[in-house]
Order: sequence, then C-alpha cells, then structure tokens
Amino acid sequence: MDSVTLARWQFGITTVYHFLFVPITIALSMLTAVLQTFWVRTGKDAYLRLTKFFGKLFLINFALGVVTGIVQEFQFGMNWSEYSRFVGDVFGAPLALEALLAFFLESTFIGLWIFGWDKLPKKLHLMTIYLAAIGTMVSAIFILAANSWMQNPVGTVFNNGRAEVDGLAGFGEVLTNPILLVTLPHVLASAYMVAGGLMAGIAGWHLAKINRDGERRDGDTGAYRFAVRMGAWVMLVASVFTVVTGDMQSKAMVQVQPMKMAAAEGLFETETNASFSLLTIGNLDGTEEVFAIKIPGLLSFLSGEETVQGINDLRAQYEAEGFLRNDGSQTTLQEQFASELAENYPGIDPAPIVPVAYWTFRIMITIGMLGAAIAALTLWVTRKDRLPKPSPLWTVLMFAMSLLPLFGISFGWIFTEMGRQPWIVAGVMPTMAGVSPSVSAGTVLFSMIVYTLIYGGLAVIEVWLFLKYAKAGLPDVAPPEVQKDPDAPLTFAY
Amino acid sequence: MLTLLETVSVPTLPMVWFLLVTVLWLGYFFLEGFDYGVAMLIPILGKKNDKDKRVIVNTIGPVWDGNEVWLLTAGGAMFAAFPGWYASLFSGLYLPLLLVLVGLILRGVAFEYRSKHPGTRYRNMLDWFAIIGSFLPSLVFGVGFANFVIGLPNDGLLWNGSFWGLFGPFALLGGIMLVVLFLVHGAAFIALKTKDEIHERAEHFGSRVGWGATVLVAAFVICQNVFYPANSEFGDFRLLAWVAGIIAILAILASTVMTSRGRDGWGFILTGVSIVTLFVGIFAKMYGNLGFAQDEAIPVEQRLNILTAASSDTTLTIMTWAAVVFVPIVLAYQSWSYWVFSRRISTKNIPDEVEAVA
Repeated sequence: MDSVTLARWQFGITTVYHFLFVPITIALSMLTAVLQTFWVRTGKDAYLRLTKFFGKLFLINFALGVVTGIVQEFQFGMNWSEYSRFVGDVFGAPLALEALLAFFLESTFIGLWIFGWDKLPKKLHLMTIYLAAIGTMVSAIFILAANSWMQNPVGTVFNNGRAEVDGLAGFGEVLTNPILLVTLPHVLASAYMVAGGLMAGIAGWHLAKINRDGERRDGDTGAYRFAVRMGAWVMLVASVFTVVTGDMQSKAMVQVQPMKMAAAEGLFETETNASFSLLTIGNLDGTEEVFAIKIPGLLSFLSGEETVQGINDLRAQYEAEGFLRNDGSQTTLQEQFASELAENYPGIDPAPIVPVAYWTFRIMITIGMLGAAIAALTLWVTRKDRLPKPSPLWTVLMFAMSLLPLFGISFGWIFTEMGRQPWIVAGVMPTMAGVSPSVSAGTVLFSMIVYTLIYGGLAVIEVWLFLKYAKAGLPDVAPPEVQKDPDAPLTFAY
Repeated sequence: MLTLLETVSVPTLPMVWFLLVTVLWLGYFFLEGFDYGVAMLIPILGKKNDKDKRVIVNTIGPVWDGNEVWLLTAGGAMFAAFPGWYASLFSGLYLPLLLVLVGLILRGVAFEYRSKHPGTRYRNMLDWFAIIGSFLPSLVFGVGFANFVIGLPNDGLLWNGSFWGLFGPFALLGGIMLVVLFLVHGAAFIALKTKDEIHERAEHFGSRVGWGATVLVAAFVICQNVFYPANSEFGDFRLLAWVAGIIAILAILASTVMTSRGRDGWGFILTGVSIVTLFVGIFAKMYGNLGFAQDEAIPVEQRLNILTAASSDTTLTIMTWAAVVFVPIVLAYQSWSYWVFSRRISTKNIPDEVEAVA
C-alpha cells in the first residue's frame, strides 16, 4: 500500500477509536453533573451514590479519550504535512482555540472535581463538573468547525499559494458555516443517546439482577430505577433530536456536497421526485444499479429538493465544469483554486466509494433507531414500580442499548468522511495531495502497528475496568465534608 | 562566522507569535517538567510500599492533566500561527514524535487506572507506563531541542536529515541533561508537597542529584553558546543566550544548595527558573530560523523560517486577541487549582483502598 492509503487507514483507525470515548465524555459528564445537582439540592444519598458510580465510569472512559486525542492533534502535521501547510491559516486556529478554551477548562476542572470532594464547599465543587462538561462542548464546537470547513470550505481565499482566512468576516463564516450549525446539534444529540443508553443499560441490568436476587442494600432499587428511567428518557429525547438534526444535516449536505448524498442513496441517474432506496445493488464498476427496492418520492422529500442529482450526472458535470454545489455555485476558495486543481490534478474521479457511503449511512440510521426502540421498551418494562425480569434476552437488550448508539456514531463518521472523498477539502484539495511527502509508507505502517497494539492493549484494560465497576454497582458513600485536619485521610486519592 | 550578518526585519505579528509559542513551551516544560520528574521518581523514592508510591502519585494527581495541555496548546498554536513550521517539523521528526506520543498515551492512563485496581502486578505495570511515559518525552524533547539549536537539515521546505543523525553528541547531552533536570525538578516538587519520610527522601535525592544536574546544564549551556552562537540574519541574540544560560546554571546550583538546607520552596522555584531560562536561551537561538538550518544560498523569502512559515495577519490578529483574553483566565484558574491542593500530604493522608471492588 502507498503512504496515502496507509495514512488514511491510520487516520480512520485512530479517529474512530478516539470517537468511542468522545460522546461518552461529552454527555456523561453532563449527566453526572445533573445527578450531583439532585444530590446538592435534596441531600439524598441515592443521588450521591449515583453521582459517584457514573462519575467513576465517566473517568475510566475520559482517560482514554484524552490520550487518544493527543494523537489526533499531532497527526495532521505528521501524516498530512502538505494539508497542514495548505490549510493551517484557517484550520489551525480552531484547533489552537480548542486547546486554549476547552482543554484547559476540562482538564483543570476534572482534576478539581476528582480530588475536590473534601476541599471545596458543595456548590463550588458542583460547579467544577459543570465547567468540565462545558469544556467538552466547547471542544466539540471548535473541532466540528474545523471538520465542517473541510466539507464546505467557506470564508477562505486562495492567496500566497495556500488557503487563507478571508479577513475577520471570513473567520466569522467559518464559525457560522451552515454545515457546522447542523452538525454540532447532531453530534451533541447523538452523544446524549450514547450516555443515556449507557446509563439506562447498566442500571437496567442491575434492576434485573435485584429482581432475581432480592435487594442487597436499602435504596439500591430506587436509585437504579431513577437511573434507568432518566437514562432511557434522555436517550429517547436525544434520539428525536438526532433524527431531526440528521434530517437538517442531509438537506444541508445535498446543497454543498451533492455527490455525497447521491452516493449515500446509491442514486446513479438524476431523478425528479426521487425515491428512497431500501436496498440498491450496483454493478461492479459502480456506474449503474442492478437491483433496487425503493420508496417512491421519499428521497426528494428527505433532501428537500424535487430533483436529486445522480452520481453519473454529477461525474459528467465535474468533468465539464469542475466541482459545483447543488445550485451550481462554488465557495470563494473552490472558485479561486479551480484552475490550479484542473491543472495539477487532472482526471480525478469525484465520486466516493458508493457501497461504503450507501451502507454506512443505512447502518447508522438502523442501529440508532434500534437503540431508541430499546429505550422505549425499557421505559415500558419499568413503568410504575415494575422491575424487569432477568433473562438472557434482557441482558442482550441492555448491552445493545449501551452500545448501539456508540457504533451508530462510528458509522456516521465513517460515512461523513469517506463520503467526502476523493477530497480532503471538498472541491479544493484531493486527499492524496495532503499527505506528507517526507514520510515513507514503511514509517506510516510502523506507526500504525504501534498505535494499533497500544490501543488494543489499552482497550482490554479499559473494558475490563469499566465492566468491573459497572458490575460492582453503586458504591457505599459517606457524604463528603470539607476536611480541616491536615493528617486526616483524604476523601479521594489515587 | 562572527561577522554580523545583514539583519532581516520580521513583521510584528509573527514576532509576537514566536514569543507566545515560546511562552507556551516554557509553561509546558516548567509544569510538566516536574510531572515527568515525579513519575520517574516513583520507583526511586517509593520503593518501600504502595502507600509511598501513592503519596508520590497524589502530589501531581489533581494537576498533571492541566499541565499537559500546555503542550497541546503549544502544538495547536504552532499549527495556527506557523503552519509551515508545524508541517515540516511534525512530518520531519516523525519517529521521535511517535515516541513522545507513545509516552504520553501510556502515562496519561497510568495514574487514573492505577487507582482502580489494587493488584500488585497491575500497579507495577501502570507504574512502568508512567515511568517510561515520562522518560520518553523528557529524553526526546532534550534531544530534539538540542537539534533545533544545531539547526535541522532541510531542502528549504522539508526536513531531509537522517533519523540517526539526530543523535549527535550535543543532542545526546541535551537528552540526558533534560531527563536529569526534570528528575531534580520533580524531587523539588515532591519535597515541597509532602511531609515525613517521603519528604526527606525527596530532599536527599534533590540535594545529591542536583549537583549532577548542575554539571549537565553547565555543559549544555557552554557547548550551545560556544558551538552554536545565537547570531543570524534575524538578529544577534548572543548576549541574551549567554545571560539566560548562565542564569540557568546559577539557578540549578542555588536550588541544590537550598534543597540541601531544607528550603524546599526556594529549591523548587529555582529548578523552575533554571528550566525556564535554559529554554529562553534555546528559543533565542531558534528565533527567526525556527530551529531549521538556513541555507544562505537560497533567498531568505524562500527558506523555511519565521517569514515563510507564518499565517496571515488576519489569523494572527484573531489568535492574539484570543490569547490576550484567555491566557490570563487559564492562568488564574490553574493557579487556583494549585492553591486548592496546596496542603502537604504524607502516607497518613492516603486512604485505604476505598476502591475495593469485587
């Protein structure tokens, strides 16, 4: 394999792995903060125990999210030096701002939260987890601003042989990119599906166990019931937001990346009143469909356009006129770079790998919906004072509810990024042009093996710890007090 | 060589951003310097039992993660303010950076995960994660910055040296020097943050090894300024580099004396001063050339340097405002977190395994 392919695999592996921890970090930090708020308000032990329980699971996950995030920031320069050189003026700022505004906030206040139980008054201590949670969201804003720019490079001019921010207004456009405005709520909503599902799944599993064994400790049942219903409601509400924002996102995507939508639908020829494909099988060279099951008119409805452009027509359009958005327009950068692109990179096939885009899009939707259905079922099963009956099926459902949204998100990202191909910056820079020329394929392969081994080993430790603490259930806690005695044991220490 | 070269004028914004990137690296080395030292000292000062080790880990437990963000911010600032620098440096020094990343990954999970299970073998493994994970970045950055002083070979855009070429005698000196300096800085921090037995061991270690650090810092500073004087067409910074270097030597010397007299507050501040001034001297040498060799046969506007690597004025202006507003805020809350955890700890403060889980 050449270094472009290897660098892409490396980016894919490390990013999908990193993003297993991100949604849990974003949303579980906030849900933990909400649980702690209940405790501060009511003083009931159950809420404190829930806070400590889910807080611990959050921290086990957070540690890996942090360390895998470092690789992401360095990887642009290491594997994609020419991309970094070309876009750094506009793409680097969000990453720097993310570190300055978000990472400091997260890491400092997480430290204060973990160790501050007996150092800070209750309300001040509660504030630390909220600030950490806000930090994770600020982080999402900047990283998605950077990613959305790659999908739709607004606010940028071609100057000095590179992409440069088009003045202060251009920077404003980068931060108000229409793709960002729909992607951010979609990513946040799906993160809450993950955290809600995790909370409900773990608590639901414990409830079934209590139903089998009888209550172990006073108050366990009530606390788990609270968690299972809170988690399932969060997941259901979040899934509604995910669907609504996903729909807005696909409408926005049709406008700026019509090819991605066509690939997602396996739509080869332009159609008016286009039908939505339930199953399309294309021929081997990916130019026409062989077999399809369709719902008439649904695609046009979903994309918000009466006429939906097909892959073959978009390909012909690219060859004749270059990269165009749905309405035939280009961003300033796409327009100014067009002649450079035609001259230096002739003969690019502007279509992504159609089956990948088609299937990842469908798997994302299917398993997300499945997860939401289990959340609804869980609410039904635990209605009034009922407890779930222990059974292998229930265990499977609880695991599925915890994990399906997470995998749904992975497929969503694979779709978004693979669907952007062959571009690293849509309609401007081909992916192959961004790779580091001074790094050999062997070097990339070597580092990929190193990352894979370390990530694999750490995954084993993290899953083992996570399951151990999840199974152990709610800890016994003494309500923390601010400690004055310098020789007294700390409430929490590593 | 000593003839004063024609001076190139550097526009204000790139100059400001070189200074800001320098400040971020200084913050990183000052703060993570003792984190690395503390972690490398786990087997040396905490050999008796697990509670000793836990005292050492807990001196940095609440703050190490925030300290590491200084490195991420430095990296992000280089990407935003000097994309050319970030691109050429990170792709060029690929394998050394891989070592740093491996280190940061391992140590990043070590402290959190160590507390989650009491098994001896498990904890030993995670202690080694922390030790190796702290040793690797210390060594690589020492070797790396020595190479920046020499000037990385390049074709005007990309690094074109060899991997083994990075390990010349001066570079190895830099690597060893930084590891030892961080060990002493870490010992000073442990001495400051603990009481009883660990405190005494840390003081003892600092007052012994401090002499070694002094010799190594002196050797590095003298070699740097004699063989690689900070003088180029971007300006003559020889005086600054010498003065900063000499302060670094005197500070580590004074720190060792103070530590041996039990003045651990001064001991810690002075190791910090030594680290900061050492890197002020190094960055003085890197001004303009960004640590890349400048081939005088090529016009200055076509080489990899502060002129060609910088972002547009717009980006630099936006980033300047962000830095002006947020760096003081970050400093304020980070300082507050140190204040919250300012109390000294000893084995008496370490709770028994509350994490006892079936």
